[in-house]
This record gives sequence, C-alpha cells and structure tokens, in this order.
Amino acid sequence: MIWVNAVMAGILLGGLYALFACGLSLMYGVMGIINLAHGDLAVLGAYLVFVISSSLGVSPFLALPVAVVLMGGLGYLMQRALLERSLRAGPLVPLLTTFGLAIVIQNGLLQLFTSDSRSLDAGALTVASLHVNDQLTIPLLGVVIFLVALGLLGGLQLFLNRTAIGRAMRATAQDPDTAELIGINAKHMYGLATAIAVGTVTIAGTFFGMRSSFAPLSGPSQLIFAFEAVVIGGIGSLWGTLVGGIVLGVAQTIGAQINPQSSILCGNLVFLAVLIIRNGRVFVSRAVSS
Amino acid sequence: MAAGSAVGIVGPNGAGKTTLLDVLAGAQPPTAGSVHFRGTDVTSASAADRCRMGIGRTHQVPRPFVDMTVFENVYVGATAGGRLRGSAAYERCLSVLELSGLLPVANRRAMSLGLLHRKRLELARALAAGPEVLLLDEIGGGLTDAEAEELLETIERLRRQGIAIVWIEHIVHVLVRAVDRLICMDAGRVIADGPPDEVLQDATVIDAYLGKQE
Repeated sequence: MIWVNAVMAGILLGGLYALFACGLSLMYGVMGIINLAHGDLAVLGAYLVFVISSSLGVSPFLALPVAVVLMGGLGYLMQRALLERSLRAGPLVPLLTTFGLAIVIQNGLLQLFTSDSRSLDAGALTVASLHVNDQLTIPLLGVVIFLVALGLLGGLQLFLNRTAIGRAMRATAQDPDTAELIGINAKHMYGLATAIAVGTVTIAGTFFGMRSSFAPLSGPSQLIFAFEAVVIGGIGSLWGTLVGGIVLGVAQTIGAQINPQSSILCGNLVFLAVLIIRNGRVFVSRAVSS
Repeated sequence: MAAGSAVGIVGPNGAGKTTLLDVLAGAQPPTAGSVHFRGTDVTSASAADRCRMGIGRTHQVPRPFVDMTVFENVYVGATAGGRLRGSAAYERCLSVLELSGLLPVANRRAMSLGLLHRKRLELARALAAGPEVLLLDEIGGGLTDAEAEELLETIERLRRQGIAIVWIEHIVHVLVRAVDRLICMDAGRVIADGPPDEVLQDATVIDAYLGKQE
C-alpha cells in the first residue's frame, strides 16, 4: 500500500508540474520561444500573491485571480516590449533574453524580499486529506491542484479549438506571415499567448508556494521540472504536459520512497530514459495541439 | 480600380509580379512609391490592417493552416479579416465554402487536401475576410480545362458582387477571358498596359514574354 501511496502522490504532483509546464509549452508552440525565465515568473507570481494576501489580509486563493490578471498583463508587456524585438534576431536571442530576464527577476526579488524562504498559507487545506483507509490517504491540496490543472488544460484546449481568438492563435503559430495576410495581428496574438503562459505559471507558482516554501532563487529548479514534463509529454502538446508531469511526479515520489535523497535524481533518470528510448528525438509541435 | 473591375498581370519569371502583389498586400514595403486604397495612403499599414480594410490576397503556392480543418481555415479569415462573430461568421464561411466547392471537405484537415482543393481553400480563406480587392497569384496553375472554366465562373461571380480582381497568371488564354485590362511586366517595370487584345499584340510584350515561351 505504501507504493500505492507513492504513486498517488506522484500523480497529484504531476498536476502541479503540468501547471508549470503548460505555459512553457504554449510559448514554444505559438512563438518558438523557450522561456528560461518561466520558473522565475512562477516565483514572482507567488511573491505577488504573498504581497496581496498579506497586505490585504485575504486568503491566497482570493489574491490569486488578481495576481493572475496582473501577471498576465506583465506577460503581454514583456512580449510586446522585449521578446518581440528579440524574436526578429533569430532563435538564440529570445533564449538569451529570457535568461537575462530570469537573472533580473531573481536579483530583484532578492533585493525586495531577501533570501528568506516564505510560504503561502492555504489554511485548513494545507493539512486536510481524504482518508481512504488506514494506509492510504490523499492530500486534499494535491487533489485541488490536480483538478485545477485538469480544468486549466481543458479550458485552454477549448479556448484554442473553439474560440475565434484561439483559432487565430493556432493559425499564427503555424504561419504568422499568412495569418497577417488574412487580418490576424500576429504580434497581438504573441502577446496574448505570453499573457496566458505567465498567468498559468502564476497559478503554478502559487500552488508551489502552498505545498512548500519558496525563495527568490527557487525558479530554476521549477523550470527544470517544467522542461522535463514538456519534453516527456511532447513539446507544444497541452495534454502531453499532464502526461509528462505525471510521469515525472510518479518517478520522483517512487524515488523518494526508495531513498528520500534520490527523489529528484529518479525523476532526472526517467527523463533521460525517455530521451534514450526515443533515441534523442523529442516530439516537437510548433502548432499548439491536443 | 473600380468595383468589379479586373486587371491581369503577366510577365516572365522574375519580372516582379509577386513582389507587386506583396507590396499591395503589405507583405513587403515598397522601395519607392505608395499604395492607395479607397483614397487613403495605406503604404505604412500592416498586412493585417490592409486585409481588414478590404485587400485580400492568395499565394502562388497555397499556404493553408495545415493542422486546422478547412472550415477553421476559412473561419479565421471571417473572424480576423472580416471581423465577423457568431452566426454571421458561420454564414460567411458556409457561403464561401459553397462558392469554392469545399463544403464536402469542410471538416477535413487542410493537411490532407490535394493541390486543387488547397488552391480553392486559398481563395475561400481570402474571400471569407470579405475583400473589396482580391489579389490572386497564379491561382489557375495546374488546373484542368474544366477546372479552369469553373474558376472563370467563380471570378465572374465575384466581379458581379463588386469585388475588384488583380490576377497574376501564366495561363494567358484563361486570364484574358476574365480581365478587362492587362499589364505586362518585365524586370520590375510595366512594359505594356491596356485592353488584353492590344497588350498581347504589343511587340515589346511578344519579345519579352510571349516570344520567350515559344
């Protein structure tokens, strides 16, 4: 039963990784940008929720929607003012730009909040669990995170497949020049895609802050998990991020069950194994897809 | 160009025909001169803005959004370029799909289409945006005689609806039946401009274009 517990915890952890990964996948799928600041934007979002909830004295769950809107707006501006310019100079420049952005965010947060760790208070949800039997308990926060991930991925898929803006975004992802010729403002679409990506990673950062503690330099490790989930699930595929997240999460929790020190190592080994099985090929889709 | 008028553009490869269409559609900036639409200088307007104003364009090599269905390809034209929403967008899509003969394949992915259907989709997507001027780049290439006849009928219907046509085409005998003005270009310059019969008799045109084909 102890292994069932580990697998269950891994699946739920996969929901959090999917939340981290879907924005990364969306930005690559639509614009071909690998956002190295993705993890740091998650931490920035968590700090924003922390500031809003502590200054207004409200629950982080109430602060989260406000932070998502603000961070989404920041994402739009980031795309239009920064990444759009770097996109014109080839694929390497956006990579370096987001790398620089990550350093700026980390050091800015260090200046503002010191290197002390913080966490977000989810109230009773932090310790609440569903008691299945004496040996199997399911943490309620994990279930909430997983359900939010399912809802978000489903919502994004509906948005991309059913709405006019979503279809225009998919068209832009496939061929921005032709999209322009049929009246789509590709730059605006890129801005919206980044806004959605930064909004979703704010949700991920907030749940990360509720599950454990975060500090200004927590971003890069979360970026690596998001990367691994995206690569395992197939770059550009939204539901693939959930599959990748679950595979990574289960590998980590089973690794932790074998030896608490080997949790992350086990996740990395599974990631490498997936790459080896695929002979180094990564499933890549420049179009956002299901 | 007056509403419902049609201009054909011919010339040897490399004459600058597609570049001219690119400049008119906003895909390339002009090195000199300006583009005017409905009395307004639109030279600095983006391709997306020009499409929304009413300038539609098709490509010589069809460029469908291959991961989307035929309907979705047309739908983005209707919603983005045509700025239609809801049932108005759907009705526009249905009418252009019917006009272009794509209704039976509306739910197929564009990736699975053959050349003829891809060409039709290129036209349908441009029409979905509701253009006043339609820039066609070699849309008749590779068509059988019967398919070319169908295309001519379609162009005639569009003209009757008041859509002005600028059409680049190498199949001259098809083109001259659809247009009332013919321009011949060579090396980036207009070498003849007038009624099709006169342009085709022009010695410069025969030397630069028609003569070279023999």
